[in-house]
Amino acid sequence: MIEIRIHGRGGQGNVVAAYVLATAAIAQGRFAQAFPSFGAERRGAPVAAFVRIAETPIRRRCQVTHPTFVIIQDEALAALPETLAGLAPGGAVIINSQRDSQALSDTFGSTIYALPATQLSHEALGRPMPNTALLAAFLTLTQLVPIAGLKGALAPRFSGDVLAHNLQLIDQVAAATPDGLWKERAHAPSA
Amino acid sequence: MPQALEGSQAIAHAVALCRPQVVAAYPITPQTHIVERIAKFIADGKLRCELVSVESEFSAASVVLGAACAGSRAYTATASQGILLMTEVLYNISGLRVPLVMTCANRAVSAPLSIWNDQQDSMAVRDAGWIQLYCADNQAAVDMTIQAFRIAERCELPVMVCVDGFTLTHTLEPLEVPSQELVDKFLPPYRFARALDPLAPLSMGTLVAPEYFTEARHLHHEALLAAEQEIVAAAEDWGALCGRKQSPLVEVDGPADAKIGILTLGSVFGTLLDARDQVPGPPVKLMHLRCFRPFPVAALRAACAGLHDLIVLERAIAPGADGAVGAEVRSALAETGKPPRVHNFAVGLGGRDVPLSIYAHLLQAITKPHPRMSAIDLRPEVLPADLPTHQETRR
Amino acid sequence: MTLSTLHDLRTAQPRFQGLESGHRACQGCGQALAARLALEAAGPDVVVANATGCLEVFTTAWPQSAWRVAWLHSVFANVGAVAAGMESALKMQGRDTKVLAFAGDGGTFDIGFQALSGLLERRHNVLFICYDNEAYMNTGVQRSSSTPHAATTTTSPAGVARMGKRHLKKDILSIIAAHHIPYVATASIAYPVDLRKKVRRAIEVDGPSFLQIHSPCPLGWGHGSELSIEVARLAVQSGVFPLIELEQGVLIGAMPIREIRPVTDYLKLQGRFKHLFTDDQRAREELAHLQALADQNIEAYALQGGPPDAQDTEGADTVRRGGLRFM
Repeated sequence: MIEIRIHGRGGQGNVVAAYVLATAAIAQGRFAQAFPSFGAERRGAPVAAFVRIAETPIRRRCQVTHPTFVIIQDEALAALPETLAGLAPGGAVIINSQRDSQALSDTFGSTIYALPATQLSHEALGRPMPNTALLAAFLTLTQLVPIAGLKGALAPRFSGDVLAHNLQLIDQVAAATPDGLWKERAHAPSA
Repeated sequence: MPQALEGSQAIAHAVALCRPQVVAAYPITPQTHIVERIAKFIADGKLRCELVSVESEFSAASVVLGAACAGSRAYTATASQGILLMTEVLYNISGLRVPLVMTCANRAVSAPLSIWNDQQDSMAVRDAGWIQLYCADNQAAVDMTIQAFRIAERCELPVMVCVDGFTLTHTLEPLEVPSQELVDKFLPPYRFARALDPLAPLSMGTLVAPEYFTEARHLHHEALLAAEQEIVAAAEDWGALCGRKQSPLVEVDGPADAKIGILTLGSVFGTLLDARDQVPGPPVKLMHLRCFRPFPVAALRAACAGLHDLIVLERAIAPGADGAVGAEVRSALAETGKPPRVHNFAVGLGGRDVPLSIYAHLLQAITKPHPRMSAIDLRPEVLPADLPTHQETRR
Repeated sequence: MTLSTLHDLRTAQPRFQGLESGHRACQGCGQALAARLALEAAGPDVVVANATGCLEVFTTAWPQSAWRVAWLHSVFANVGAVAAGMESALKMQGRDTKVLAFAGDGGTFDIGFQALSGLLERRHNVLFICYDNEAYMNTGVQRSSSTPHAATTTTSPAGVARMGKRHLKKDILSIIAAHHIPYVATASIAYPVDLRKKVRRAIEVDGPSFLQIHSPCPLGWGHGSELSIEVARLAVQSGVFPLIELEQGVLIGAMPIREIRPVTDYLKLQGRFKHLFTDDQRAREELAHLQALADQNIEAYALQGGPPDAQDTEGADTVRRGGLRFM
């Protein structure tokens, strides 16, 4: 079972990202589970969402405390202890940031891949919605689910130009991300 | 083919498949997504149903009561504060023996104010005369909702399907949603024998003097007890039709010769199943109480046969007394030959996450003295430093 | 310095901030601004009963609170009754601290309606303030009876078969007016001086008073958080939300609109009305209908004002040191 935790702020599509990831895995015939941790509904508040993907039915309902992967949609949250808490020893982090991946890895002492998802989404979608770009990079790095699966999972949620631009953004980011760099980590089971 | 669905959405699908003609609801976290999805079905012309967006839960229950009495299949969903606000009407509905189905998206009850998952709300109305069923996971929520309509209509008793708020309602996972054809085979059109009809006028809700009241109440009590059979039959029939084995009144997972058992209600069951796999130790029977009303005495006794220790782990607390479930379990087992020691704990109150480590923690806890009823996941460091001490009965 | 008396509190703060910053409202929240303005005008000698909704949720995540006034939240339906109880107690104790009831449109128009009517009917000395954001926002934008018709909410979504909410916004003012209470008014966050003035007027009433404050919700209405005040202003200037005052149920004042704006100027800024701007006959009909409703308000309340006047400014700041009770 692979466990992923996504940190972001309300309004950044945090929960949608988790749902989309799980949906893509389910479309492949695998088992997956995605759910948010909740505060009152409001924009701007830190929110976390959890994803599990496995080859057998997932029965547990607890929050993910030892993620193999952490996705950070708002880099200010990286400074909060709960964001990286419990990251598995072979784990890795993908972060929405304009800073350099190596510099961030050194600062936080974890394997971190950074991409400027806000800027990329602003250019491609006309609004700062970093989730699609981050997921595209995440799946390219881990090969956890094929990129086509991500695209398929977006189709029911978006349509017209919004969908088209999201798909283009996915392709753009996937092309610019090292393919399979975290593939081994993705196939080592979590706690 | 399983679909990726949030629990709430899947429940909405299940409700829509049962062809309700009237849905009335008032928004309350975490039930909202269920009703929103139903609203969308109607707005898109996919469901022919009157959605009454009422001014309060009290009215929601009243609207579905009126609808059911007037001859339409009706549905509502609520939680927490909402179920308490409609309590007067809940007793009224069951006392009038009106078939209805409600989803209770289990949530803690104010005060303190909480929007998160526990089962205080459905436990608060356990004596309202409704059938109460608990879902261990979202597939069960789908399947039980469909069965609920049939059970309600055959027994002329309202059915409350309890689904852990957020923990289940807002979790997306692969779920099988049956076809309309299959559901139509299982669930015939709504037929209420005492429906209000100008051609055969009846008076419902009359004043009943002491000379008749006891018998009316007796019939209600008997009907609830007898409902066990319908609940079992519905599970078998639906299981045969959909190809998914439905859980019995008390689901048991574990070796028959286990001496320790853990009984719980709702989604915590899944966490315990995974936790047990990870922890080597004595054989433990994990049990899920799927049916709480009527209270399945026989099934519980059978499930607990041979146990030395039974942990009752509930997501509720009856302040000043034993746990709501614990008290009834103790009572049901008291008269068996060699009842197990019952250890009653509350867990996950107000939505506190129940981690895998709870399993080992429980097995540890029963080896030492502990209160008759307490929260197993208490954080003493958060308590005020100067607490008054009190006498308590320790096991 | 210990703040042991209300006098100390007054001295320490030149402008009374009953709702302190640092709460968790969304950016651009109309309710937060309205509540702050109301308490500035009301001053510290109040007790507040607050119904369930966004306002109480974003201000009191235990162990923190953003309120500097005495404040109680009970449940959703009962703020009218809770306020009545507070007022009865204070009256028995011979204290003249003013009781305020705060509720959203849910706690006023719908679930809280019964208790509100009782409060007014029994003539309790309470100022009831409705922060009207026109839907159940805290639970995720479900429709209330205050939702304008044709607006999209999650329980009145626009779709193939529907054009958003089917029913008209409940005419709460007529209902309140029918209770013939001393003072009823509408206000808007876009006109803060007018709002504060009305709060002070209401506080002076010895008896029930009611204030409906139009409070845009960027998330629920679908507009940028920087547009809340502009959207509120357009609601007033198009006649959709007239600013009026009633005494004993009779109209005694209305804020005139010098340059009346078409309703579409107001609607087009909001995502909840975007389905009305498609090429659909039903959409066109709804737009005409909404314009007609605004026109009706303009006529009924004689809102058409005179030409622009350099001396008519809402900018004159008349906030004094926390309301009339502490002059």
